Amino acid sequence: MEAKNAIISVKELVKKYDDFVAVQGLSFDVYENEIFGLLGPNGAGKTTTLEIIETLRAKTSGEIIVDGFSVDKNPQDIKQIIGVQLQAAGYYPNLNLVELIELFAGLYGAKIKPMEMLEKVNLQDKAKAKYKALSGGQKQRFSIATTLINQPKIIFLDEPTTGLDPQARRNLWDLIIAIRNAGTTVVITTHYMDEAEQLCDRVAFVERGQIIALDTPDNLIDQLVNSGFERKKEVKKANLEDVFINLTGKEWRE
Amino acid sequence: MNDGNSSSPLGTGGYSNTTATLALAKASFRSIMRSPSAVVFTLAFPLIFILVFGFLGGGGTRIDVGVKPGSDINNPVIAMLSKTGMIRLVMDKSQADFDKLLEKGNVDAMIDVHKKVNSVAYSVNVVYTSASRDKGGILKSVLNNVFYDKTLKPTVAEIKESTITGREYKTIDFILPGQLGFSLLSTGVFGTAFVFLSLRQTLVIKRFFATPVKRSSIVIGEAIARIGFALIGALFIILIGHFFFGFTLVHGALTVLNMLILGTMGIIVFMGFGFIISGIAKTESMVPPISNIVTLPQFLLSGTFFSIEAFPSWLQPISRALPLTYLNDAMRKVAFEGSGLWDVKFQIMILLIWGIVIYAIAVKVFKWE
Repeated sequence: MEAKNAIISVKELVKKYDDFVAVQGLSFDVYENEIFGLLGPNGAGKTTTLEIIETLRAKTSGEIIVDGFSVDKNPQDIKQIIGVQLQAAGYYPNLNLVELIELFAGLYGAKIKPMEMLEKVNLQDKAKAKYKALSGGQKQRFSIATTLINQPKIIFLDEPTTGLDPQARRNLWDLIIAIRNAGTTVVITTHYMDEAEQLCDRVAFVERGQIIALDTPDNLIDQLVNSGFERKKEVKKANLEDVFINLTGKEWRE
Repeated sequence: MNDGNSSSPLGTGGYSNTTATLALAKASFRSIMRSPSAVVFTLAFPLIFILVFGFLGGGGTRIDVGVKPGSDINNPVIAMLSKTGMIRLVMDKSQADFDKLLEKGNVDAMIDVHKKVNSVAYSVNVVYTSASRDKGGILKSVLNNVFYDKTLKPTVAEIKESTITGREYKTIDFILPGQLGFSLLSTGVFGTAFVFLSLRQTLVIKRFFATPVKRSSIVIGEAIARIGFALIGALFIILIGHFFFGFTLVHGALTVLNMLILGTMGIIVFMGFGFIISGIAKTESMVPPISNIVTLPQFLLSGTFFSIEAFPSWLQPISRALPLTYLNDAMRKVAFEGSGLWDVKFQIMILLIWGIVIYAIAVKVFKWE
């Protein structure tokens, strides 16, 4: 995060559906090699914004540049350099993990070894398993493996930890941090603020299709504290999740 | 071609649509092979029908022909008849018994062979019965065939009617092409409709769109897999029919090839129905009823089990409007009569017209997401 190069630049993004404005004038930059969080309640426009950047959805107006490519003019170029994990996406039926990775390798035109991809997300033991037979955390890890096949510059993760138990969640955080440390920019949405605080270099709060705050988690918290905010209850040195992890261990069991 | 990330400065150069299409075809083919419903519809159902009809007829139609008491038995005519395998000669009954059996249709015809006076030739008298007109008709053509054959040529003048091609026409020769058509129809319609609907609903297609793959690659890849699977199924059905039930392949491998080419045309047309249904259906449970609207009438009215000539005349125009009718028709001509593809150009043309109409609609109603 030394030099702050914007790898994604969103300007005045607007998305209107028939009688409903999902996104109204969003502007933000994502810097190279950071973990950028899009936070906000359901229906705030997070997924819509992501899908427009991912070239999966047409925008109504505004300008988006991804690593120098415009979503209007070079969507194919953008697809080559991004990896996308969709909320609740399924995979081709009746295929095992290795076969699914082979399929995506073909779709991206990437020459990779499927087992190596599975090792990256610690699923080598599940190579012959069907996607449907995986646990929640394994499914998310597999989804992330499919985003890495084309060695992308940016990956987009839409609520990757929703529904996971604390161990699986922590395990996924480690994976996401490892991916970032390998040089990939990560854009993530989540409903868990502790997760955003731990994981994200910067976060944007989206509400009714607009950005209402954008900064590092630290700065945002400091601003709130400086405004005189106090928690009702004295904060203890640990919370119930720490108790859970302490009692059940850090090892994820899948 | 080497990897995705180095190609970014070069735009889409280096990305291979063919690789993507083939990867999809391979994935789809694997998936189909592991899908129980595809295997059941394409192979099991048609094979069960073939088995049932194959064993019912003991490999073909049986015609019971009574031999008139006092008829000459040791003559080439009787010998040839018993050699055809489809005629069972009934002997050792009195004329009165035969008359009753004929009346009821339990015996399909009677034959009486005598040596002509002052000649080496034989005179053959055949009595048909109105109780069994269809089998009588077959016997007529068999007799024609027998007499037309080399050995008996000079000896016979008595029987002149000639209609059928004269090769032994077994039940399997009628049933198998129909079952083949049915197999292609259900694979094309049900398979395509289910796959595209479920890929759309489970967001598999959306995930594909996040890769550089083209829409055409998705459709073509899927089509290659389905056509490949259907043709393997067809080949399997043809070979089992041929080797176990004596299905007639006039020109051997060439006939098989022609049948597979016709099959490809058929499945492409039928897949068009599948694309339309996947666009119309809102849930998976809507696929079977809509698909049945397409497949059932064709299954029943396109000459799969019965010749459409057997239908009442008001029904025949409907039969003659359905694409499967023409596929079945062309298949039978190619397999049994040994026609080339050019000889069935009319049937192919009708299929082509159906294809154009169906895909024009499919382009309008197909949904990607």
